[in-house]
Formats: sequence, C-alpha cells, structure tokens
Amino acid sequence: MTSVEIVVASDADLAEVALTRAEYVHLVDSLGREPNRLELGIVGALWSEHCSYKTSKPLLGTLPTKGPRVLQGPGENAGAIDIGHGLACVFKIESHNHPSAIEPYQGAATGVGGILRDIFTMGARPIALLDSLRFGPLDEPHQRHLFDGVVAGIGGYGNCIGVPTVGGELYFDESYRTNCLVNAMCVGIVEQGKLTRATASGPGNLVLLVGADTGRDGIHGASFASVVLDAGSAARRPAVQVGNPFLEKCLMEACLELAGDPRVVAMQDLGAAGLCGSTAELAHRGGCGIEVDVARASRRETGMTPYEVMLSESQERMLIVAKPEDVRSLQAVFERWDLHSDVVAVILPEQRFVVRDGTDQVCDLPLDLLVDGAPLRGAPGPPPDRPKPAVADAAAAPSWTPDEALLALLGSPNLGSRKGVYRRYDHQVGDATVILPGGDAAMVRVDGTTLGLALATDGNSRYTALDARHGAMIAVCEAARNVVATGAKPAAVTNCLNFANPEHADVWWNLYDAIDGISAACTALDIPVVSGNVSLYNDTGGTGIDPTVVIGMVGVINDVAGRCTAGFRDEGDVVGLVGPVAAELDGSEYQRIAVGVNAGSPPHLDIDLERRVHAFVIEAIEADLLHSAHDCAEGGLAIAIAESCLLGDIGASVEIDELGDAKGLINGAAGILFGESQSRFVISFAREALVRLHELAGRHSVPLRGLGSVGGERVCVTQCIDVSLADVRCAHEGALIERE
Amino acid sequence: MRFGIAVFPGTWSDRDCKHAVELAGHEAVMLWHKDRDLQGSDCVILPGGFSYGDYLRAGAVARFAPLMESVIEFADADGLVWGVCNGFQILCEAHLLPGALTRNSSLEFRCAPTWLRVETVDTAFTGGCARGDVLQVPVSHGEGRYVADEETLDMLEREDRVAFRYVRRDGSAAEGETPNGSMRDIAGIVNERRNVLGMMPHPERACEPMLGSSDGMRLFSNVANSVSCTGAMPVAAVS
Repeated sequence: MTSVEIVVASDADLAEVALTRAEYVHLVDSLGREPNRLELGIVGALWSEHCSYKTSKPLLGTLPTKGPRVLQGPGENAGAIDIGHGLACVFKIESHNHPSAIEPYQGAATGVGGILRDIFTMGARPIALLDSLRFGPLDEPHQRHLFDGVVAGIGGYGNCIGVPTVGGELYFDESYRTNCLVNAMCVGIVEQGKLTRATASGPGNLVLLVGADTGRDGIHGASFASVVLDAGSAARRPAVQVGNPFLEKCLMEACLELAGDPRVVAMQDLGAAGLCGSTAELAHRGGCGIEVDVARASRRETGMTPYEVMLSESQERMLIVAKPEDVRSLQAVFERWDLHSDVVAVILPEQRFVVRDGTDQVCDLPLDLLVDGAPLRGAPGPPPDRPKPAVADAAAAPSWTPDEALLALLGSPNLGSRKGVYRRYDHQVGDATVILPGGDAAMVRVDGTTLGLALATDGNSRYTALDARHGAMIAVCEAARNVVATGAKPAAVTNCLNFANPEHADVWWNLYDAIDGISAACTALDIPVVSGNVSLYNDTGGTGIDPTVVIGMVGVINDVAGRCTAGFRDEGDVVGLVGPVAAELDGSEYQRIAVGVNAGSPPHLDIDLERRVHAFVIEAIEADLLHSAHDCAEGGLAIAIAESCLLGDIGASVEIDELGDAKGLINGAAGILFGESQSRFVISFAREALVRLHELAGRHSVPLRGLGSVGGERVCVTQCIDVSLADVRCAHEGALIERE
Repeated sequence: MRFGIAVFPGTWSDRDCKHAVELAGHEAVMLWHKDRDLQGSDCVILPGGFSYGDYLRAGAVARFAPLMESVIEFADADGLVWGVCNGFQILCEAHLLPGALTRNSSLEFRCAPTWLRVETVDTAFTGGCARGDVLQVPVSHGEGRYVADEETLDMLEREDRVAFRYVRRDGSAAEGETPNGSMRDIAGIVNERRNVLGMMPHPERACEPMLGSSDGMRLFSNVANSVSCTGAMPVAAVS
C-alpha cells in the first residue's frame, strides 16, 4: 500500500466519521492493523446506523416477511410481491429526514430521486409516489419555510421525471419542531421475469458507473444521517445532495430498456455512502469481492481525493455489472440517452474490498468486516419505568358548541384539506390514477390488466408517543383500513421507523415495542413486511421526536371497475357505521386542539374485530352493496361524516343514539363525536341493500348500524350539529393557508 | 390514421398519448428527437414533459432538436402538428405559434381539472365540436401562463385563432380565475394556417370516464375524421 497515511485515530478523527472508540478498537483488532484515513472513512460510512442498521437489525428479525405473494422480502433495493398476470409490484419507503431539515427543497427532492432509483434498479417502472411528512406547528415561520420547501422539492422532482405523486400524509406536531420527517414511498411494476437483482457475480466481470459525474456533494451523508442534529448542522449543508430529475429520467428510461436483458448481471443504484456503499453491498450480496479504481470515475470537479470520490453522494448514478464482452454494447444503450458511463470496478473472486487510485492501492479491507462487521448495539439499559399516563383535564376544553368544535377540527392543520399540497404534484401522469388524492387510499390501475393497486401511508405519532407498541399496531390497521375502503385487499407493507437517539434507553425500548407492535398487527392481519427503512437520531440538542411509525400499504383489487370511493354519492342513501361507538378521547386530535395535551391511553384496538371489519367491507364492496366507504380516523365519527359529505359534495343527516341527552361537549358528547375509536368505517348504501348488509355483518360478527341518510346541503347530527356544507368546506379548505 | 409522437429526453406524456391514440383505434409511432424521419405521420403530437430538463425556458432547447427541423417543414406543408403542455411551449419557442408561456401567476405548479370552452370549430382539432362546447380536461404545469402583446392577442381573436379558453365548471367566463393566469383566459391557440394547435391542458389524460373525463377523446376523433375526409394532408381552412 502506498501514498496513504496510516493513522492512529484521534477523537476528532472518529467524530468526523461517526465511529465510537469501541467500534474503532474492534476494527483495529479485526484488521490486525490500524486503518488508513480512507479505510477509516469507508468503514465509518458502512458502519453508520443508516447503512449498517447496527441498532435496529437485531430487532427487525421478528417482522413477518413471508407470504404467498412475496417474491422479494427485505434485503434488496426494494420488496416485491406477485400481483398476478405474471407481474410484480415493487415498492419501498425511505426517509430523507436529516437533509430535509437542513435544506428542505433539495433534501426532499433527492429523497424522491433516491426512492425512485431503488425501484427502477429492480427493473420496475415507477408508477406512483407517496410522501409522508411531519413538521412542527405551521404557524411558526421556520416550519412554514420547511413545509413549503419540502412540498416544492417533492413536486420539483416528481413532476419533472413524470411519475405521479398520488398520496401520502401530513401531520404537524411540536415534537417535529427541530426534526422534520420526510418519508418517500415509490411503487413500480415489472414483469416477474424481468426482476433485476443487485447481486454481483462472476469474478472478472466489470462494473459500469453510469449517469451523473461524481462531485463533492453529499460527502458523509450516511454518517450525517446517523448522528443527532445540533446548532452546527446548518454548516453541513454541503452534506446535502443536489438533485437533477432530468438526468434521472434519462437514467430511468435507459435502465428500464435493460430490464430483463441477459447482458445485465446485476444493477445497483448509488445512495447512502455513494460508491463505497453500493460497490460493497453489490459484491457482498454475491459472495464475491470488488476492486474499484477511483481514477476511472468521471468527476465534476478537479482535485478530488479517493476519499471524496468514494464517499460522494452525488445523485443520479447507477452501477451495472456485465461480462467484459458486453460492456461496449451496454454503453451504447446509455449513449443513446446521452448518458456517460465508465468502467470503474472489477469483480474479485475473494471477498475483499479493494480501492485503487490508478496504480496505487489505497484501501484493502475484508468485505465481511466492512458490510456485516459493525458491532451490533443492544439495549442501552433496562426498560425505563413508564409513569402511568396523565389523564387529560376535560374541563380545560374551551366552551365550544359542537358546531364550533366541528369547524375548528376541520380547519386545523392536521385535519384540513390537503388540496393545496397535492395540486402542486402531478398526480395524473401515466393515465393510471383512478382514485385521486384527497380520500383514503389513492388507486392506480395496472396497464394491460383489470388490476388496481390501492396505496396509502399512515402513522399517528400521538398514539405511539403514548404507547409505542399499541400505536404501531394502530398504524398498521389504519393504513390497511385506507386500502380496504377502496375495496382492495391489503397485500404487503413497507415501513419507515423514525425515532430519536437510540442510545437513550427510552428511545431504544420504544423502537423495540414499535417493531413488536408492527409484527403483532401484520401477523394478525396476515400482511407481510417486504421492505423498509429505519431513521434514527431524529434528535436535536437533546430534543427528540416522538416515536413515529410510518406504514406504507399496498392493496390489490382484481377489477378496478369495482373500486369504492370515500364520498357520499346518492341522495337518499343510508349512512351507516361499521364498528363500535365508544367515547375515547385520549390521544385524539380533539384532545390536541381543545385541551392542548396528548394524554391517557390511545384508543382500544381489538385486532380480531379489525380483521373481521376488513373482511366485511371488502366483501360488501365486491358484492357492489356500497356507494361509499370511508375510514373513520383522526377526528372521529363527526369528522368522517363531514369528510364524506365534502368528497361527495352532498350533505347528510345522522342520529347517534349514544348522544342521548348529552348536550354540550363536556358532558360526554365530545367523546362520541370526536373520539377516535378504532376499526370503524362510515359507509353509505342504497336502502335496498340494508338487509343484505345486515346479513353480511352478522356473518362476520361485525357491528353495523344505520345512522341516517345522505342528502341536502347541510351536515347534521340530530340535536347536536347543524352546519352548512359551504361553511364546512370553507373551514376545511382554509386549514393550510398562511394567515397574516 | 397514424399519429407520430415526439420523444425528447425528459418527455413524459409520450406513453399517455400513445395510450389515447390506440384507445381511439389509431396507430401511434414514436419519433425520437435525434431522428428526422416522421415515418409517414398524418399528425405529429409534441407531448408534455420537461424536454431536456427545461432548465432554461421551457421548450427553449427542444426547438433545436433534429426532429424539430422535420416538424417545422411538415407544418409549413400544412401537416397537422399538435402541441400539448411542453409541446405548446416548444411550438412558441420555435415560432410556429405566437406568444409565450411563462410561470403560473400563483408561482406554483398546478395539477387540477379545468373546463375548456371551444372557441373555434374551424380547425381539424375542433371540427367535430360545436362552438361553446365545454370540455373537461386536466392541466399539469408550472409554466402555462399564456402571454402576448395586446396587438397579438387582438389579432388572435380577430382571426378566430383562440382554440380554447378556460371557463368555470358551468361554462361561464373564468374572468382570470384560471390555473395559470393566462391573458384573456387563453388555453390554446392555432397558427395562421390553422394546422398547428398548441394547448396547455392534457387531452390524453381525459379519454376514459375512469380517469374523470372522456372529453379529450373528442379531439383525437376530430383529427382522425379530418384526415380521413381529406387524405393525408388536411386542407388549410379558410379563416
């Protein structure tokens, strides 16, 4: 080894690459020598939480990942399921939280770019994007800046590349004030025979680096995403990459031309930890080694060191493994799209990770140690004693009338209309969006078939803050309910786990509990987890986010013509409620807005009832008995009814027996109107369907009751609420508008 | 008949246009930006997208593509050229149509349904419609505000060259309440010889009830009818 300084790492050296002293000692012991500076940087990137999952890996093993539909579970660039017709649906969700907190537009844009690459790397054409966003209170200027920047960045990338952004969710909560969350999900379709894997094989095979030239942007991005933010984080703006959606569009089309092409041995995109992360993982999956020559990589600027080339996170780059004799003809495919490609590496028979700079060998590490050798982290301490949750003081609620409460909730940032967001996203390109954003799940049809895919993301952090396991279970159920409301059957899950600093025992145990909750719910509902992402260290200056579980759900409906939507449809239809009525206000949006706290225990969940309710709704839609179905979620029954009125542009009158004589919100009415009891749908149907629906509900042992009827131009709950639809719409649509 | 669909790097409505053309029962051929051959197209569609990334002005680079030389020759020979969204921007940059498309007055991208009133039936694209018909067609753009000097706008109106105006859902005048703030609510115009149409809304996204509207299909049918009546080259209509 020449021209590289061997270092005995100082604390400052270790801090720069985000390794602990103990990890460093383990590295030196395993190597039998001190690493050089480049090796130290490469290990730091690969051993970062973002790449190594050293904290979460021991916990993720409990997730159910198998099922008859599963073609590819966790471990590849994305998961894949069999949707019939010889097609695979490929999907994944991923976080881009840390970059977005520093530079919202580019952070979000490159988050979209990164998740798109994960999908087309597998040969699948991306057909839909969803985004799950969390910010601090919207009335604060900095939060408005982050929110506007992130929405613009998502649109800027997705609109330009021509993949529709069809859904997602958006919450505002104090816990995200210093750490916003940006989770992007992408869904693609590929013929099963063309599914491309990122597993290198064949010693002597060559590796092409295609797409953007390599610049100094994004160096240490993976490490940066694996430490807490602090006052100096803004200075890390150079660690945020800059996106070029046009280049990615060309790269995507070229790669899709090559899907299923026998000349392509493997394909791997460059994401976290850049060239070193992608080459190492590619070789490691295939049980071989790799030798990279940084001198062969085209650069955006002169004077870059091997360290910078290996760790750069410049966007829109892809690796292709091919036999030497096929390289020239593959390069011609990229040249047609005006894409540059360099042969930068060769596959080795032995499991080594070698880097050269021309004739100088500058790194030689055992591949196993690099990819799989990060010391795993167990619990930093025993489970902390959790104090019994405080009980909210209902008397603290303002003296709203039920009408006022309804309008206040509908006009709040968490329940208001998202139209101001999704109209900034092209949600129709592809001619496939058959349920537009604004309802429960969006639906895209699958070209050449009658299939539809219902897509949703969900995760209420108020519940997980109160009880991580229970809240995670609800997140799975809620995302499934969104999909079920369209008539689709939940098929598989991708998850994004956003947590604070896992070196704190309470955070670690919350992560443990949340994964346990996801496992429990997915097992009970028989929905496998096929891909996912963990984002830890969402913590700034000791203030961490509430545990946030985002579930991305894909559901399949065999005939898209039979889909159901959330808006009331026909005058005179019966409004019905599937599921229980209970006065559960803890953890609700009403509690947030009216009482200003998040306290108590999240709503009760009977997972068996949940399962039966799903089966009932799906069967009722299949039998064409329903005119609408809407998940009853945040804001409770009154909000769900108002939303179905808004979506259908027609009023409704209902009567809720439990309200009885409860006049005024403090005397129990609030819990019935705005409590967030689980396993519920608001449905509407023709009067003639009543008998058959009751029979069906009986067969599934599901509570079903008629509440009233669709019609008129007012939203009425007998002796309680009576508001014009126009006022309801005005409140709902004004929720996200900036007030002077 | 045969629709030629231009594919520039960054074009993304090409596949949707192909889908709509085939749904209408016609043949679609893709025209690569580096080629000059229009492959016997009866009508050339310049679809939506961000050609060459549109990092300069939208459409400003695409007009120099080799394919555009053939498209301009084709238009000069009275061939039908139909620019949608980015295609409209390219036609203005190529001076096949007057005026320009600038950033939406909201300064935001807009994807939303719009309602278009047919202002002239004296084109191959609108020939089967009645003047005043209202079509529901979605828009999706960040730079769709049609601007031109007063003289040009007056000329367009005088020569009956405004093809579509944005109107309200009930067909009443939008009076500026448009997705982009276009001058005189203009959504689409034709050239002097009436064989080149530019429009910001996406008719290819409105060809099936399942997608919210099938009004866009009327435009594809109109083009096909005009070609089948007149042979490969439409007769230049008298204004």
